[in-house]
Amino acid sequence: MMRDVAIIGVGVTKFGELWDKSFRNLIAEAGSKALLDSGISGKELDALYVGSMSTGRFVGQEHVGALVADWSGFAHMHIPAIRVESACASGGLAVRQGYFSVASGMNDIVVVGGVEKMTDVVGDEATDTLATGLDQEWESFFGATFPGLYAMIATRHMYEYGTTREQLAKVAVKNHANGALNPYAQFKRAIPLEKILASPMTAYPLGMLDCSPVSDGAAAIVLCAADKAKEYTDKPVKILGTGQASDTLSLHGRRDICTFDSTVYAGKNAYKQAKIEPTDIDVAEVHDCFTIAEIIAIEDLGIVKKGEGGKAIDEKITTLDGKIPVNTSGGLKAKGHPVGATGVAQVAEIVMQLRGEAGDRQVKDAKIGLTHNVGAVGASCVVHILGVK
Amino acid sequence: MKDVGIVSYGAHIPRLRIKSSDIANAWGKNPDTITGGLGVFEKSVPSPDQDVATISVEAARFALARTGIDPQEIGAVYVGSESHPYAVKPTGTIVGEAIGATPLLKVADYEFACKAGTAAIQTCMALVKSEMVRYGIAIGADTSQAAPGDALEYAASAGGAAFIIGREKVIANINETCSFTTDTPDFWRREGRKYPAHGGRFTGAPAYFRHIMSNAQNLMKSVSSKPEDYNYAVFHQPNGKFPVRVAKMLGFTTDQVKQGLLCPIIGNTYSGSSMLGLASVLDVAEPGNRIFVTSYGSGAGSDAFDITVTDALKDFPRNNAPLVSELINKKQYIDYSTYAKYRDLLYED
Repeated sequence: MMRDVAIIGVGVTKFGELWDKSFRNLIAEAGSKALLDSGISGKELDALYVGSMSTGRFVGQEHVGALVADWSGFAHMHIPAIRVESACASGGLAVRQGYFSVASGMNDIVVVGGVEKMTDVVGDEATDTLATGLDQEWESFFGATFPGLYAMIATRHMYEYGTTREQLAKVAVKNHANGALNPYAQFKRAIPLEKILASPMTAYPLGMLDCSPVSDGAAAIVLCAADKAKEYTDKPVKILGTGQASDTLSLHGRRDICTFDSTVYAGKNAYKQAKIEPTDIDVAEVHDCFTIAEIIAIEDLGIVKKGEGGKAIDEKITTLDGKIPVNTSGGLKAKGHPVGATGVAQVAEIVMQLRGEAGDRQVKDAKIGLTHNVGAVGASCVVHILGVK
Repeated sequence: MKDVGIVSYGAHIPRLRIKSSDIANAWGKNPDTITGGLGVFEKSVPSPDQDVATISVEAARFALARTGIDPQEIGAVYVGSESHPYAVKPTGTIVGEAIGATPLLKVADYEFACKAGTAAIQTCMALVKSEMVRYGIAIGADTSQAAPGDALEYAASAGGAAFIIGREKVIANINETCSFTTDTPDFWRREGRKYPAHGGRFTGAPAYFRHIMSNAQNLMKSVSSKPEDYNYAVFHQPNGKFPVRVAKMLGFTTDQVKQGLLCPIIGNTYSGSSMLGLASVLDVAEPGNRIFVTSYGSGAGSDAFDITVTDALKDFPRNNAPLVSELINKKQYIDYSTYAKYRDLLYED
């Protein structure tokens, strides 16, 4: 029987083009913030997990697990250090692996980090590196890129459900408005609808401001067996459910490109374990690498019906003062998307919300939150449900 | 340092122009987004028979035309550029020969991205001050390269300016100069490569802004001056936006900057950029005016100068050579296909 697991500390770095911070400094900063927040001493750590997508290509560094343990000052403790990779869902999957290790009883306290340093490469190298998360032989070799594939999903969604470019753009408007309230966000400014619509076309119907940026950043959380959490914090946040699913790596293999079945399955399993319905969610962080991605995410997670994601944006269901606020952090769109860090940063945001420590972007009386982290174009997905009593 | 300064100056800008909107249209970009983002509306283009040597010779001849100096009294020629026509063989020898300053002449070509010309001014100042030469000519000129489709293509242009540095008949004293240099790889061109590469936004905050801000503040500290003490301020101008923004950050006004701000209408002349700006200011300056000049070169460094115009400017025959405004107004537009042909863009790097 698995035991309950709680999050007792979180730490995030500022996201952005952080030219004066290296890969290792970023993750060490996030990790030490999380440890300080949890109140534990480093000696109490049983293991370290770190999610990162492509340190080999971004900074020429592999063997990241041991490096992060070393640079965090844990080398002399000889704790297990595990690097987790699942493209853009690396961070979310690291959280899930950390959860299992504590839930199983193998470990009592672990730290989970996520990090990416993407701005040390120039030109198209970042786009090419991200495209390694696609199917090389069936997609990347033929020139497919992330914006190109998400653009196909968007045009199909427009065709099937009447979703409009304005509705896509309104996702960006909402998330930039939220990002303006987040001190850690890469873009701390609201952007009006006209500007989003007028941004240079990346891949129709996605303009540049429909796309998440290339970012540097890191996030970390400390997980603890729930029965011991009270020793460290008055505000433990429980992981009520976790779900993970996979799908065909290439988009053309899907039964329906307007649905990520990986999201549907990961969501269902997480809801089942947490014993909740989508309507019970008070706040959610979903994987909006492109504006269309947020629309299909809220549909696939059951927050709205399939095809009604665009309408939900029009009806302001997901704004900060809406029925279910989505991406209060600014999301990948405005907060930034250092890929390996994203899944962990989403959890950190929900923890801050559930603790009532989200400042100007605080959702009132939030008790149950969801995180949704997608790898590539939906070939993998990790969902977590967090809660406080 | 009071007795070292500018004795004369000359400028040259090629006649051909291409509009930013034509470049934007050729690449399917929105012209308004480009001009609004960069603040560059058109740029000068060298014709196939113009290069850094011809631009440097023109500028040096114009500088001499404004003085009675015998070219044989010129003891040094330093040409700063990142587009010297030869990788090995100096531009400076061509200039020295063309203006009649050879053979008892110190010559070298300089390269420091966009600030090689101001480095040449500092070298000439030192040679004059140490009495190793009577007059030295410092030139900054470029026919800068930009890869087709790169953001640099909207600004990379051609032009240059020459300054005769000496102790006698000085029209503008250089009161002080200082430099700020670090190893910051924001922009570069490897040996044998046709076009430069750059680090995108990395060329901004940690490169252009950090070096200019630090150097400008150091200079004002060393001469105990404030932005309001200057009539004119000239900054390196890689686009129309950066110089205005850095001026504002330092406390200068747009009025102080506008006479020396040429990039919006001729583009970024690289090594010629801040020097042409200074030439444009000297075209209108009056005795007693104080001028603040700060160059920037990628790689990276900045040279700053505190300059005061002297009474000698009253009798200085400015009109013996074209003013910068005349060079700017003498123009002929070409389209992108002509530009591509002239700039040799039609085959691979």
